[in-house]
Amino acid sequence: MEKFTIQAQAKEPLGGERSEAVTGVVASGNLEILFERNKDSLVVTVEVMTASHGYKPVWDAVIRDFVERVSPGGMHISIHDNGARPDTVLLRLMQGARLMEAQS
Amino acid sequence: MTDWTKQKQERARRLEAAAPFVSGKVVEPGNVTALLKSVICSEDRVCLEGDNQKQADFLAECLTQVDPADVHDLHIVQSGLVLSEHLDLFRLGIARKLDFSYSGPQSAAIARALDQGKIELGAIHTYIELFARYFVDLTPNVSLIAAVSADRNGNLYTGPNTEDTPTIVEATAYKNGIVIAQVNKIVDEVPRTDIPGDQVDFVVEAPRPFYVEPLFTRDPGAVTETQILMAMIALKGIYAEYRPRRLNHGIGFATAAIELLLPTYGEQLGLRGEVATHWALNPHPTLIPAIESGWVQQIHCFGSEVGMDRYMSARPDVYFIGHDGTLRSNRLLCQNAGLYACDMFIGSTLQIDLAGNSSTVTPDRIAGFGGAPNMGSDAHGRRHISDAWLKAGREAAGSDGPLVRGRKLVVQMVETFGEGMKPAFVEELDSIALARKLGMPLAPVMIFGDDVTHIVTEEGIANLLLCRDADEVEQAIRGVAGYTPVGLARDRAKVEELRARGVIRRPEDLGIDLLQADRNLLAARSVRDLVTWSDGLYAPPSKFRNW
Amino acid sequence: MIPKNVMSEPSWYESSARARIEGLLDSGSFEEILPPQSRVMSPHLALFDLPPAFDDGMIVGRGQIDGCPVAVAAQEGQFMGGTFAEVSGAKLVGLLRGVAHSAGTRQGVGAVLLLLDTGGVRLQEANAGEMAVSETIRAIIDVRRAGVPVIALIGGRAGAFGGGGLVTACCSHVVISEQGRISVSGPEVIETNKGVEEFDSRDRALVWRVTGGRSRVLLGGADSYVKGDVGSFRKAAAQARNSTPSFSLETLEREQERLTERLKLYGSCHDTPEIWRIAGLPEPEGIADMTEDDFMSLLAKEGLHHDAR
Repeated sequence: MEKFTIQAQAKEPLGGERSEAVTGVVASGNLEILFERNKDSLVVTVEVMTASHGYKPVWDAVIRDFVERVSPGGMHISIHDNGARPDTVLLRLMQGARLMEAQS
Repeated sequence: MTDWTKQKQERARRLEAAAPFVSGKVVEPGNVTALLKSVICSEDRVCLEGDNQKQADFLAECLTQVDPADVHDLHIVQSGLVLSEHLDLFRLGIARKLDFSYSGPQSAAIARALDQGKIELGAIHTYIELFARYFVDLTPNVSLIAAVSADRNGNLYTGPNTEDTPTIVEATAYKNGIVIAQVNKIVDEVPRTDIPGDQVDFVVEAPRPFYVEPLFTRDPGAVTETQILMAMIALKGIYAEYRPRRLNHGIGFATAAIELLLPTYGEQLGLRGEVATHWALNPHPTLIPAIESGWVQQIHCFGSEVGMDRYMSARPDVYFIGHDGTLRSNRLLCQNAGLYACDMFIGSTLQIDLAGNSSTVTPDRIAGFGGAPNMGSDAHGRRHISDAWLKAGREAAGSDGPLVRGRKLVVQMVETFGEGMKPAFVEELDSIALARKLGMPLAPVMIFGDDVTHIVTEEGIANLLLCRDADEVEQAIRGVAGYTPVGLARDRAKVEELRARGVIRRPEDLGIDLLQADRNLLAARSVRDLVTWSDGLYAPPSKFRNW
Repeated sequence: MIPKNVMSEPSWYESSARARIEGLLDSGSFEEILPPQSRVMSPHLALFDLPPAFDDGMIVGRGQIDGCPVAVAAQEGQFMGGTFAEVSGAKLVGLLRGVAHSAGTRQGVGAVLLLLDTGGVRLQEANAGEMAVSETIRAIIDVRRAGVPVIALIGGRAGAFGGGGLVTACCSHVVISEQGRISVSGPEVIETNKGVEEFDSRDRALVWRVTGGRSRVLLGGADSYVKGDVGSFRKAAAQARNSTPSFSLETLEREQERLTERLKLYGSCHDTPEIWRIAGLPEPEGIADMTEDDFMSLLAKEGLHHDAR
């Protein structure tokens, strides 16, 4: 298991009222993402726990793109990864952000 | 005086040698090995019918029983080398030289045998290419073929899996060769005559039906959201743009996803009747929903598919069906149809380099080519026009002149990462390393970059027709290569410029929201759904069932 | 043009455990106990270098169906095969004990819905998992004794195998779909122990003929058969809640009688079509391939109508 935390600064806070949301499942080639809200509304924190070792640079790139596309300011994101490919990671992150943006 | 009838005399000699083991044209299974020994001579060219799907497996087994002291150094000339018996012939020394097209499950064994010098490789061909050489310099002396049934005069019913048989028999029978058929049953009257009896010398009722591999069945249950996204990108960015009516699909999951999206997303885009009406295609079960929804007018097949026979028999307006009521396939003719009569080939690959060359070779496997290089190449002999063909040609030429040659759309679909996080985009194809290792003068390339018009990944479309030099091709490819090392090393400014010119189109440029890519968009989400769509006519093999 | 029964609602088989709960209960009524953000996870998986799940693959809580309160537990069959383990087991047992405890009070619920999707005990936590299965069985009995029906809903990818098969058999009512499977020893286990001649686990038609939804409901191993969409499961769960037999000695004796009779009639059969032939069903070989509608009308005509469980 490899663990690391990636932090980024978003331009805008993520809207919506949900206090937390989960997407995905820890199945082979898949991952589970828990979104919660940070105190600071522009910081994005991503805690990754992954079964595939040695891909931190790819995670950095995926999360950089996600932050650029969605501006998920104020999100504390926790990930349990079971060998998901980058496109799946990005898709789940987008799905999670969409859930958080929902009203109530 | 020159003797002009040597081949005829040799044939007569062999038939005479066969006489003790046959009764008329019929051979008992127990006599087959002795028969083979009497009609096959060392160094003969032998086709041991191994097609993409159908296998003359009983005859293959019998041939491995021949004593290599009697028969050796055969030159095997056949499209598919997929049974372990095929490899045994080389291990035992019965065969030495090989010309083939496709190896599928034996791809690793072939690579090993080549490495150990057990096989002397002629060439790896595409299907039509090998069939063409049957009539020029690789004509078989003896062909061992497979059919569903035969009568006592040797008339053969090949059933839905006709595949290569007519081509093999044509080349062998009309050049004084010998044709032996294994059949599932000897009957009084065949349901239809696929091969006339005067082209067949001997028939044997095999102890078990010939083996057929279900190659074209893709379980809708295994289609991923990424593949659905790619299918949406292809439908909106290519089908809707070029409107190809005549086409061929590869066998991967990405094209299966397209087939399953036609009645849903394709319908939303208003494409029914406008695209994909005429096909050169194997009987893909995943096309059933589109057929049932009225998308498809006509399909010609290379071969059949396990479980699809009853469905196709019930849809004779769509498929090519004999007067007996069953499918007639023909690999040579369908390959030709794919090459000359289709406006688009779209299929998956494993590796693409920076020039757009693609390969399915991995370091220790030689899978061969099959038909993809024919489907996926621009036929320079084509002269008839279509809107799709002209539009592609004009994009490539960048002009509207009277002499702009059209282009076939050759679309490669590939997920940026393959199994085990192996990047699909590479600086150098694995096939080049393999060719170095085995001393092959030409590295196996499935589709050359100059034939490829579009590359579709989950990151978007790279339109290579619009690239004006090698550097643009490279950056267009890097631009859709995602988070692979090749993708991460892109020139961001150049990629954005290509995007502005429409050379690269991202999902958002096409108005596609990532989150739309949902399995509920599939017209069928399981094999069971396909059965329901088919009105119970499709009977999938057990391994695809979950009911 | 598009068959309605194909292009229908979300499928139970495909949905995650969370999506099943969402589709089953009245919208917005679910209150999860120990939700993901409380991070009560397996302490053992890290030893095996395996990633944990925030909910350990067991989602428990309370909600409503048609305004009536129910307790729900759903296994995520895609995480570690939906297995019974220390944390997931404790969550389920805790939920059941809470239901038994509150039965008849204002906090009481009208039914427990078990969305089982499991290969059995999690091998990495085998002892805890085995204990969880027996504690679950015990707790189910207590809930039923307290007058609250326990309804199993089976139609996920993993089926209900191993301890999951035992737990299912202890419920008041079992709802199953065509894809659903119930058994104790799974196909691979039988093949490994008894050989491929005894059971070919790769022959999927055989696997479903023996363990699948249609066979189980025809034999009385399940009580309701539904099409595989989430909506049908919801409807069946709502109905079953009101139609379970009382949990009495008499019921158990009738169940024992039924099972004895079943063994006597079919005990020597090797495959289900043999059973259907003895039972006098039309086209015994074709049961698996009938359309859903045809099968459901056959079931209505020929199915077992027992009041035991």
